[in-house]
Amino acid sequence: MSYVFSQAVNALQLGSIYALVALGYSMVYGIILLLNFAHGDIIMVGAYVTYYAMTSFHFHPLVSVVLAVVMCTILGVAIEKVAYTPLRSAPRLSLLITAIGISFLLENGAQLIFGTDTKSMVQEPLISGSLSLGDVSITYAALITILVSVVSMVALTILVQRTKLGKAMRAVSEDMGAAQLMGISLNRTISFTFAVGSALAGIGSVLHIASYFQASPMMGSMLGLKAFVAAVLGGIGSIPGAMIGGFAIGLVETVVTAAGLSTWKDGVVFAILIVVLLLKPTGILGKKITEKV
Amino acid sequence: MKRDPRTVTKLVPVPSTNIIPERDVDKSPILECRHLGIDFGGLTAVDDFNMAIGRTEIAGLIGPNGAGKTTVFNLLTRVYQPTRGTVLVDGHDTAGKTTTQISHMGIARTFQNIRLFKELTVMDNVLIGLHHEMDYRLPGAIFRLPGYWRGERIARDRARELLGIFDMQDMVDYKAGSLPYGAQRRLEIVRALATGPSLLLLDEPAAGMNPSETAELMDNIVRIRDTFQIAIMLIEHDMNLVMGICEGICVLNFGRIIAKGTPEDIQANPAVIEAYLGKKKEA
Amino acid sequence: MMKQNRIRIPMPLRYLINILLTVALWGALTALIAGGVITNYWSGILVTIGINIILAVSLNVATGYLGQLPLGHAGFMAVGAYAGSIYMKATPLGELIRSGDTLAALPYMLVALVLSGVVAGLFGLIIGIPALRLKGDYLAIITLGFGEIIRVVLTNIDSVLGFKFTYGAAGLKQIPKISSFTLVFICVAVTCLVIHMVMKSRHGRAILSIRENEIAAESVGINTTYYKVMAFVMSAFFAGIAGCLYAGYLGSLFPSTFKFMKSIEILVMVVLGGMGSMLGSVLSATVLTVISELLRSVGDLRMVFYSLALVLMMIFRPKGLLGSYDFSMSRILEKALGFLFRPGTRKAQKKGGAAK
Repeated sequence: MSYVFSQAVNALQLGSIYALVALGYSMVYGIILLLNFAHGDIIMVGAYVTYYAMTSFHFHPLVSVVLAVVMCTILGVAIEKVAYTPLRSAPRLSLLITAIGISFLLENGAQLIFGTDTKSMVQEPLISGSLSLGDVSITYAALITILVSVVSMVALTILVQRTKLGKAMRAVSEDMGAAQLMGISLNRTISFTFAVGSALAGIGSVLHIASYFQASPMMGSMLGLKAFVAAVLGGIGSIPGAMIGGFAIGLVETVVTAAGLSTWKDGVVFAILIVVLLLKPTGILGKKITEKV
Repeated sequence: MKRDPRTVTKLVPVPSTNIIPERDVDKSPILECRHLGIDFGGLTAVDDFNMAIGRTEIAGLIGPNGAGKTTVFNLLTRVYQPTRGTVLVDGHDTAGKTTTQISHMGIARTFQNIRLFKELTVMDNVLIGLHHEMDYRLPGAIFRLPGYWRGERIARDRARELLGIFDMQDMVDYKAGSLPYGAQRRLEIVRALATGPSLLLLDEPAAGMNPSETAELMDNIVRIRDTFQIAIMLIEHDMNLVMGICEGICVLNFGRIIAKGTPEDIQANPAVIEAYLGKKKEA
Repeated sequence: MMKQNRIRIPMPLRYLINILLTVALWGALTALIAGGVITNYWSGILVTIGINIILAVSLNVATGYLGQLPLGHAGFMAVGAYAGSIYMKATPLGELIRSGDTLAALPYMLVALVLSGVVAGLFGLIIGIPALRLKGDYLAIITLGFGEIIRVVLTNIDSVLGFKFTYGAAGLKQIPKISSFTLVFICVAVTCLVIHMVMKSRHGRAILSIRENEIAAESVGINTTYYKVMAFVMSAFFAGIAGCLYAGYLGSLFPSTFKFMKSIEILVMVVLGGMGSMLGSVLSATVLTVISELLRSVGDLRMVFYSLALVLMMIFRPKGLLGSYDFSMSRILEKALGFLFRPGTRKAQKKGGAAK
C-alpha cells in the first residue's frame, strides 16, 4: 500500500514538472508555431542559478527561487528578442534551426562556464523533511512540487481565459494578421507569451532541483524533449492537454522504472507518443485544423 | 447578352430530374450527382445537389458568394468527403475514392486560389500533369534507359502542344510563380488538361482578367471543348462569360439548387434574380 | 530571346563532362593524398566529409525535395551502421583488409553497403507509412520518436535477446575498416548521381509537386502517399549506407552516437546549404565538417562558436547559403561558351530591351 502510494507520489511529482515545462512549449508553439528547443535549456539555467544562489551565495531559499524564476523569464524574453524576432517572416524551418542553435549555445555555454560535471545539492536541499500520515509519508519537496504546479496551471488558465493580455494571446495564435489589424501589439503579445512560458520553466527548474537535487549542462535537452512530447501527447496549444500529457508521461516513466526497466523508459515514452499520434493525430485534446481549398 | 452561336443548345430532360444538351442525350452523362450533401459541424454547406452533365456540355455553376459552389467542386473531386448522396463519373460510383483516384477517373480541376507548383517551371507543371503519360519506372530513370528518353520526349512534345492552346510555348522555362496572374490561371487549365480528363472543372477561370482577356478565354474554353470533345463545368461570377458559353446552368444559393436551365431560362427566373439582387420591397 | 542565343551542350556530352570532372576530382585528391600534400589526418577528415555529404544529400531528399521535416535521420544511419557491421564481422572481411587483398574484399564490401542501405530503407518503409499520414511538425515529432526508440533498442536489445548482438552501450567493436577514401568517394558520387537521376524524372517531379502543393498534386493524379514513402525510403536507404561507411571508418559503434543531436547536425547541414539544393548540401556538409575540425583547437569553445555561427547564419541568411539554387557544371560551361563565341548577344539584348 505504502509502496503504491509512494510510487503514485513519484509519478505526480515528475508529472507536475513535465506539465509545467510542457505548458511553456505549448504556449510558444501555439503563438508562433515554433518548436522552441531552447525551452528545456532555460530550465537548466534556472537550476544552475538556484544551485549557485544556495551554495555559493547562501541566499535564503525563497530569494534563490525568485532569482531563478526572474532570470529564466529574462533569458526567455531575451532569446525571443535577439534570435526569433528578426526571423518572424523567414521560413519556419530557419526559425527552428535558430532555436536549435540557441539550445546548443546554452548547453555548450553552460559547459564552458559551469563545467561538464553534475552539481549536486543533496547536502543543501532546497526543501527538506517529509510529512508522515500514518504508515505513509510524503516529502515536502513532492508536496510543494505538486501544489505549486497545480496553482501555476490554474493561474495560467485564468490569465489566458480572463485577462486582456490572455485574450490578445489567443487572438494572435488564432490569426496573427487579423489580431494586428484589431490593434493588438504583436511584439508585446509574443514577448509576453515567452515571458510567461519561461517563468513557468523557471518554476519547473526550481521544482526539479528541489526534487532531484541536480544540475548539469545537458539536463535540459532530454527533459525539454520529453516535456515537448507531453505537450504533443495532450494536444499542442491546449493548457489542460499539456497537464494531462505531463502527468501521463510522469506516470509512464515511474511505472517503467518501478518495473525495473529504467533503461527502456525513454523508448516507452516515445512509443506511447507514436501510438497516440497515429490514433489521434492532434493529440488527446488538440483541435483539428482543416485546410481551406 | 451576346451568345456564342456554337453554344446555342436545346436542353432535354434525362432520368432523375436532370437536363443535358440534346446532342449528348443518347450517351450516358459524364457526371451525375444524386442528393449530394455535406455538413461542416452543424452547418449544412451543400444539400440535395442533383445535376447531370452531358459528354460535351459546357455547364455553369453560379450563385452568390458563399453559396457553396467551390464546396461542390471539392465534393466532386473528393477533397471533402460528402456526408450524403452519390456522385457517378461515367456511370461509376466514386464512393470511397481518393482525390488521386478521382483524377484517374477523368475529372481534372483548377482552383479558385491558384494552386500551381510555384517554384517549378511551367514545363514541369505540365509534365506533372502528364505523369501517367510516361510509363518508365524507377530503374528506367536511374539508368536513363531508352524508355526514359522516349517517355520524356513524348511528354515534352505533348506539353508544348498543350501550352500552345494559350500560346504559352515560349514560357516553358519560367517559374510558374513568376508568371502574371492571367497566365497562371491559363497554366492551371493546361495542367488540368494534361491529365487527359473527360470532365474539366474550372473554378472562376476569369477571375482577375480584363474584358479582352475574358473574351479570349471564352473562345479558348469553347475551343478546348471542341478539340478534346470533353465536358466542362465552370464556376464564374462574370455573367457575360457564363451566359455566353454555358449550355446548362445551375444556380446555387445557401447550398441548394434554386434553378436549372438554359441561359435564357435562368435570366428570366425570378428566384435567381431575387438571390442575386434581394427581394423587391413591397411598396 | 535568350533561349536562342544560349549554346546547348547535347545530353550525352553533358554526362561525359560530369563524369570526367568527377574522375578528375578523385584523381587530384588521390594524388594529393599519395604525395603527402593531404596528410593522414586530413584524409581522415575527407572521409568524414564524404560520409556527411551522403547524410546531408539523403536527408535533403525528404526535407528539401519532399518538404517534410524528419528528425530521425540518425536512426536510419544507426540501423544501417549496425546491419552492415554485424554482417561484416561475420565475414572474413577483416582478414582480407588486413592482408591488403582489396579485390577479394570487394564483394563483401558491396554486400555490406547494399545490405545496410536495404535494412535502413526497410525501416524507412515501416516508419514512413504511418508517419507520412501526419503532416508538418507532427511528422517531425513522430520521426524524432522513432529515432530515439531505435537508439534505446540498440542499447538494450542484448539483455532481451540473451546473446551478444549489438553489445549495447559497451559498443560494437573490431568492425572491419572498409572506408577508404576511394570507397567513400565512389559512394558519394553514386548517391548524388542516383538522387539526381531520380529527381530529374517523372518520379522526382511527383515528389517535388507534393512539396509545392499537395492538394494540387493529388488533383492531377499524383499518388502522394506512394511518392512520399518513396522519397522517405530513398532518404533512409542512403542514410543507411552512410552509417555503414561510418562504422567502417571508425571500427567501432556506440548507440550514444546516434542521439537526437546527430539528426539535428545533419538537418543543420541541409538547411544551411539551402533546402532542395544538392550542391548546397554538399558544400555545407564540407564546410561544416571542416569548421568543426578547425575549431577542435579551441577546445571547449568549439561548440559555442559552432552554435553561435549557426544562429547568426540563420538571422542574416535565413534561406541558407544557396537557397534552392542548383549547380550544374555543364550549365556554367554553356554560359561561358555563349559568352566567348557569341559576343554580340549581350549587346543585341540590350538593344532589344531599349526598343521596347
